[in-house]
Amino acid sequence: MAFDVDVRLRRGEKVIACAFRSDSGIVALFGPSGAGKTSVLDMLAGLVRPETGHVAIAGRTLFDASVGIDLAPAVRHCGYVFQRPRLFPHMRVRANLRYGRPRGDPEGGPHGLSQHALIDLLGIGGLLDRWPWSLSGGEAQRVAIGRALLSNPHYLLLDEPISSLDHTRRQDILDMIARLHAFTAIPVVYVSHDQRELDYLGGTVITLS
Amino acid sequence: MTWGFSADEWVIVGLSLKIGLVAMLAMLAPAFALAWLLARGRFPGKLLLDTLVHLPLVVPPVVTGWLLLLLFGTRGPIGGWLANWFDITLLFRWTGAALAAAIMALPLMVRAMRLSITAIDRRLEQAAETLGASRLRIFYTISLPLALPGIFAGAMLGFARSIGEFGATITFASDIPGETRTLPIAIYSALNSANGEATVMRLALLSIALSFAALILSEYLARRILVSDHDHGV
Repeated sequence: MAFDVDVRLRRGEKVIACAFRSDSGIVALFGPSGAGKTSVLDMLAGLVRPETGHVAIAGRTLFDASVGIDLAPAVRHCGYVFQRPRLFPHMRVRANLRYGRPRGDPEGGPHGLSQHALIDLLGIGGLLDRWPWSLSGGEAQRVAIGRALLSNPHYLLLDEPISSLDHTRRQDILDMIARLHAFTAIPVVYVSHDQRELDYLGGTVITLS
Repeated sequence: MTWGFSADEWVIVGLSLKIGLVAMLAMLAPAFALAWLLARGRFPGKLLLDTLVHLPLVVPPVVTGWLLLLLFGTRGPIGGWLANWFDITLLFRWTGAALAAAIMALPLMVRAMRLSITAIDRRLEQAAETLGASRLRIFYTISLPLALPGIFAGAMLGFARSIGEFGATITFASDIPGETRTLPIAIYSALNSANGEATVMRLALLSIALSFAALILSEYLARRILVSDHDHGV
């Protein structure tokens, strides 16, 4: 079982609840803005603690309120690509990419994909010596994806990773995510409010309202 | 004589710079710790600590000097202890002048550093956390480097404030040539002497120049905080 998730959180008046079990490697969270999609990802990453429920991904229990399990984000091995890239502004692209490396294998890349192959796949080989402020939105987002993957994550969380990009870039990144998943078989949770993206990527669709 | 300064005046300048530097360096770590605590901490008595830190900014400096006399005088609780166990006396010494300057500089240093800590984007720390970094590693690799402009700005402000310190210093450390006679104290005693106008003029211009340089540097660094806060693509 790739995903066994049941989380619940109260945010003021609103209750954010999301439950799904899936063997499919890609799960898409779909719903209008404000439905709590990002909050669900934050709960999967351990950045926000659900009030009740449990989270098990790729056979590992990360959170279980009933037995008091709550792993810290740092030990969940989660590759989180946020809605905005959140690159570290005081580090060059190379150092950003390396930030999660100590956890990963120093030589190889994630899931049998070599580090160089990943950088090629993302098309960021020419950006390694650049500063984050000099990158375009699309470049920054691809670096953020690379940084998350190079930390050798057990699962990948993508929060509308292409919403801020223009149309040609969107298709590039979508292709890349599909290729990545085909290469690595890493479980992915993908957040979007665009039906076309979900049709393209396939997988299980969970609708939040 | 060089640049119109007499040997005595050079001693005054050197002493002021030494006291300013020592006061600033000694306060660097405590000021940052307090700034961090006030920016990030949630604990009972935070308002009280905040007020205590800022007190030297508004209390008459002579009162601060008098409190230092009570605490660090030879019969004071801390002064007596230092004298008995370590044979250290601060009263009427340049170290005492540095202590007075440090206490007076603390609030300004804490304010500048706190501002830069508050300006750190917490989402960057979260990103580092998901990448497997420990709290300590996040502090050293993310939080501290991002707060650095504010730390430098606070240090410059503290240095400028220290070399300008008068009230608490003259109360606690007195006016001893070559030991505690810093720029402002020398200016004050030159004002009170018969032929001191030229000295007053020279030393006053010098202290304005020093303060100007320190402030402009600190403002420049404070602006860097705002710029890095608006970096695109972050």
